[in-house]
Amino acid sequence: MAVGKEIRTKIKSVKNTQKITRAMEMVAASKMRRAQDRMAASRPYADKMRNVISHLAHAHPEYRHSFMLEREVKRIGYIVVSTDRGLCGGLNSNMFRALVRELREWKSKGVDIDMCTIGTKSTAFFRRLGSRIVAKASHLGDTPQIEDLIGTVKVMLDAFENGTIDRLYVVYNRFVNTMTQAPTFDQLVPIQKGGYKELEHQWDYIYEPEAKEVLTDLLTRYIESLVYQAAVENVACEQAARMVAMKAASDNAGGMIDDLELAYNKARQAAITQELSEIVGGAAAV
Amino acid sequence: MAATMNVDIVSAEAEIWSGTAKMLFAPAVMGEVGVLPKHAPLLTKIKPGEVRVITENDEEEFFYVSGGMLEILPTGVTVLADTAQRAHDLDEAAALEAKDQAEKILHDRKDDIDYATAEAQLAQAIAQIEAIRKIKKKLGKA
Repeated sequence: MAVGKEIRTKIKSVKNTQKITRAMEMVAASKMRRAQDRMAASRPYADKMRNVISHLAHAHPEYRHSFMLEREVKRIGYIVVSTDRGLCGGLNSNMFRALVRELREWKSKGVDIDMCTIGTKSTAFFRRLGSRIVAKASHLGDTPQIEDLIGTVKVMLDAFENGTIDRLYVVYNRFVNTMTQAPTFDQLVPIQKGGYKELEHQWDYIYEPEAKEVLTDLLTRYIESLVYQAAVENVACEQAARMVAMKAASDNAGGMIDDLELAYNKARQAAITQELSEIVGGAAAV
Repeated sequence: MAATMNVDIVSAEAEIWSGTAKMLFAPAVMGEVGVLPKHAPLLTKIKPGEVRVITENDEEEFFYVSGGMLEILPTGVTVLADTAQRAHDLDEAAALEAKDQAEKILHDRKDDIDYATAEAQLAQAIAQIEAIRKIKKKLGKA
């Protein structure tokens, strides 16, 4: 029967789409779990670092590293961590929207912005926006490596040290839970007071080699680990957002299939009724 | 019972080892150090090499670290290990590459791949919606 051929093809294609979205949902769910594990695994390092830096900041009140000194803000650096791929709901656009609002505020105060983008989505977005992108990294994959981030972080830290930028933020999505991902802005340098604790005891380390050198290395690694953590957290967010988006897509596809099937059956019955009435009408006429 | 101390070996990507130990050897920049419990507080960089731990059960554990930091407190030792190969010129090279990539993307405006795929996807979606609308209209009349 020729009735509703278009509808049948459409149903088939929607079913195929649904199969894909369902598969993506399941893949994202398993990847999310692994990303969460990695998130937890990288936490002890940052915690230990924070402890050591607290000791240092306390033991050397007379010496403050340039990473710890506030100065007048004329230019700001942002490290933006986004995903490489789409199909993850409003994850990236929500973050960009929050960031653009922030950028506008700085611009109105006459502060310039330097961008460092991690992930192809942020690169594409800020290029279209015409922002000054000074460094970029992409294709970190599902398991970001700290090696991939060293370069970009160094560009920004060098810019801070030679006075090009006066403040550095990292922007990423914080993983609250599977349903919620919060765009987050963390200040990297100058390291804020909250970043290290004020301790009360009176003792100091023996440093090998000099304290300043050790401190520089330590702070660089600390900041790298923060950016790394942002990248890992963003991966977890990406997978969670994709899982939710794909679940919604599968459900919508299901709804669409139901509608189309109903329409198809209606059309089929209408055709049968019409045929019957034609036969009856023909018989009556004879 | 011999004195013991807590040892944590962590890297930015994972916690490598954590436990109680009698002694620890690490390749500090000023030379190999051996650490026993109640050592004076010491903070030092470490070179690429081997960290050796003698656990409380007198077993030996070996870990290769490609540099990092060593924090020694009277109560325990923390090894903040690097996972990446670090050297000044390597870092410099990585930074240069990040900059290069950014410049490339700024100058090379032709490869707007993302934009193009988005456009294609949009066109496809519009076509699909149009098709569905047509079918619905047809059915409404029928």
